Amino acid sequence: MTKTTIPEEEFVYPGGTGCPGCGANLVMRYLLKALGERTIVSIPACCWAVMPGYWPSNCLKVPILYTAFEATGAAISGLRAALDVKGVEDVTVVGFAGDGGTVDIGLQALSGAAERRTNAIYVMYDNEAYMNTGIQRSGSTPWGAWTTTTPVGTSHGFKHETKKDIMAIMQAHKIPYAATVSPAFPEDFVKKVEKAKNIEGFRFIHALSPCPPGWRTNPAMSVEVARLAVDARVFPLYEIEDGKVHITRKGKGLPISEYLKVQGRFRHLTEPEIEEMQKRVDDSWIMLLLKESSGT
Amino acid sequence: MRTVMTGNYASAYGAKLSRAEVIAAYPITPQTSIVEKLAEFMTTGELNAKFIPVESEHSAMAACIAAETAGARTYTATSSHGLTLMHEVLMWASGARLPIVMTNVSRAMAPPWSVWVDHMDSVAQRDTGWLEFFCASNQEVLDTIIMAYKVCESRGVMLPAMIIEDAFILSHTSEPVDVPDQHLVDSFLPSYAPEYKIEVGKARGFGSLVKPDQYMEFRYKSMLAMREAHDRLLNVEREFKHVFGREHGGLLELYRCEDAEVVLVAAGSVASTAKDVVDQMRDKGLSVGLARLRSFRPFPHDEIKALAAKTSGIAVLDRSYTFGAAGAMFTEIKASVFSGQARPVLKDYIAGLGGRDITPKVIEKIFEDIQMCSKRGTESEVEWVDVAGLPRRWR
Repeated sequence: MTKTTIPEEEFVYPGGTGCPGCGANLVMRYLLKALGERTIVSIPACCWAVMPGYWPSNCLKVPILYTAFEATGAAISGLRAALDVKGVEDVTVVGFAGDGGTVDIGLQALSGAAERRTNAIYVMYDNEAYMNTGIQRSGSTPWGAWTTTTPVGTSHGFKHETKKDIMAIMQAHKIPYAATVSPAFPEDFVKKVEKAKNIEGFRFIHALSPCPPGWRTNPAMSVEVARLAVDARVFPLYEIEDGKVHITRKGKGLPISEYLKVQGRFRHLTEPEIEEMQKRVDDSWIMLLLKESSGT
Repeated sequence: MRTVMTGNYASAYGAKLSRAEVIAAYPITPQTSIVEKLAEFMTTGELNAKFIPVESEHSAMAACIAAETAGARTYTATSSHGLTLMHEVLMWASGARLPIVMTNVSRAMAPPWSVWVDHMDSVAQRDTGWLEFFCASNQEVLDTIIMAYKVCESRGVMLPAMIIEDAFILSHTSEPVDVPDQHLVDSFLPSYAPEYKIEVGKARGFGSLVKPDQYMEFRYKSMLAMREAHDRLLNVEREFKHVFGREHGGLLELYRCEDAEVVLVAAGSVASTAKDVVDQMRDKGLSVGLARLRSFRPFPHDEIKALAAKTSGIAVLDRSYTFGAAGAMFTEIKASVFSGQARPVLKDYIAGLGGRDITPKVIEKIFEDIQMCSKRGTESEVEWVDVAGLPRRWR
């Protein structure tokens, strides 16, 4: 039997209050496996603000600083400054926020922290909507998705706006490292986080986080859905190191319908709409390939 | 060292002498020279602190909260719109029981835009769980910052404090200020050593979710802490006087109130003008006094009650207005008075909003008015002073 390269030590205890099949739970598990115990995590309002359990319980083996919804970038700046002034070394400061808390309400503080070159890792676990409040659209909800605030009706069902490209936003901040990770590819995930851990400055991790209640998927299929996202190139796995794009897994290039058909949130889409979505995915993929080949 | 400096520099010296370790701030008029001076101290090495040049006031307070949770003494400064943008995280700071100290250069709220003094911004934070100290001189600004750290960091308190300077009147006006020796401040104010802080190896959650059967106890403890802050402030000021040889009057500074028939209650820089008016009116044989509201939170209920027992009229000068009610200081004073036996005539005077001058003449007229009301009663409880279109008797 081949030895796994995933660290065996667990930093997420059982007893968390996540839903069955929660992708965000896997994201936290792999993240902390890669970072280890000398880590402080700051969490704003999001699913993970609730998942560690009621006070005084904490299902994580590391300390948590909860913070206001929009404040993660500022909180990790404050933590790092205090550790520096106190001479505490060898601690990884992590901001761990959902997609709404990152691309919408938290974007200003995130941008500030990145611009200040805050020595911290910011992780956005992307379940593509405000899931903790009950599936409302966010700036990270993809075109075509149903949410409770983009209900499918007769005239204007589903979300008609494009998902914000947070990786491009972070690249524009000239940070030393940014990467996309998926719980379906834990070795790629852990490798990238370990790499990020050893880089100084502001680092960004974009983790796809399947959400069975929000995506209307079978809780037993979360890893499979995450894998399909990579194979259909909806969520390509790549890193941006010192501004240079490097795709770490090209995926099988499956038609997007393979990814869509396992999710209730896309069930309403017509054939032409699926074709439109395929075109959008193809265009993004070509752009990413161009970025990689041109070294930008 | 006795020198001449603005209120803003007094704030900066207060933070420096208190050895703030993390400073996060965002510029806003008229607060900027506080942070500029601190940046200078940090650049020259006079102050060993980390500066976080945040992208908003909300982030300034959020960063202070995180740094303070990690055991660092923090400081920030803001004004008006900056303070109100912080509102959410002000509640976070006090709920998290973090003794952050902040200067607020009190300034009016827009619209219409105004960069000049009133107390709307500070008064609007009264429910956030912060201690709020109004200052009447630059010396008091500097001293109160040092005292505030000592009060707030004590075990029974662990709440944040706001030191309030009136925009421009204190922030940009130079006065003689005694800057105490660092070694004296060090002996008075030990380094910050909280009982709990966030640290690796201890998997604690700071700010976790609680159930309805747990939440109220947290708030009850904050209430007890604020109560404790009242006595703690008096003790700390006694100690301060012992070390530095001066004091500023506890929560409610009484000036020539002993035998006063009527008393004016006021907060901030206008109180020093009012002292002069009291002196002049006393010289004319009029029985007036001034009670300077130094601590708005905790509110000096018992002190007000005791004052009411000795006077026949209390005029309250509010430099802000709570729409749909009255001036906030007036409603609190009225509540304090009503919990006692005495029933002096009470009247609220709304004045000096958006930087309008409150001249000695206006204060004199307020005294005359409250004297008359104390004999004949008053028709209206609240009067707006020196407003165009209203009777010109205030001008």
